[in-house]
Amino acid sequence: MVFDKELDARGLGCPLPILKTKKSLADMASGQVLKIICTDSGSMKDMQAFANQTGNVLLSSTEEKGEYAFLMQKK
Amino acid sequence: MKKMAIIATKGTLDMAYPPFILASTAAALGYEVQVFFTFYGLQLLRKDLSDVKISPLANPAMPMPLPMPVMVQMLPGMETIATMMMKDKLKKKGVASLEELRALCLEADVKFVACQMTVDLFDFERSDFIDNIEYGGAATFMEFAGDTDICLFV
Repeated sequence: MVFDKELDARGLGCPLPILKTKKSLADMASGQVLKIICTDSGSMKDMQAFANQTGNVLLSSTEEKGEYAFLMQKK
Repeated sequence: MKKMAIIATKGTLDMAYPPFILASTAAALGYEVQVFFTFYGLQLLRKDLSDVKISPLANPAMPMPLPMPVMVQMLPGMETIATMMMKDKLKKKGVASLEELRALCLEADVKFVACQMTVDLFDFERSDFIDNIEYGGAATFMEFAGDTDICLFV
């Protein structure tokens, strides 16, 4: 799937993936898509919670071999 | 805008994390956040955070690589060793340092308020603390806390 920017948050623990996601989205335009990759197993729930509370749209979340990938569309 | 207030009263390494993690995350979620640092919590506002330590003593829940009798935990230097081990573990697991989390809070406009009474009580100098913080008392905290969605005592 197409994305405009990628954030590598591998190896980072809570709450860094969320904080870095917030920062990355800050300099993107509305409608653009951020891809986030992380290894924090709590991120599956946290990214959804982040999207629910901020209005950004979590387009997809996938897990493969201990890595979690998310596509977040800026509101 | 939603608001969150936290009172941080502890100055040990383990108890330093919750206020900074919650404050930075709430700010990222769009909350207006204020943290009031009082008593030992003031240590978390010092420019130098190297005195923020953890002790296995009287802390039976702390996971240890080997069972350690209390008599051994009392030995000089054990606190320093435990702190080094904990910091090493945090780093290996990708958990941010306190300095990093604190900087992220400030960057996200989290407001830090130091308890003036405690500053005077312990004879601290304002120059001991980081810049960009405010000083106030219980009434200052209440003014903000009275109108918050989340209010925590740590």
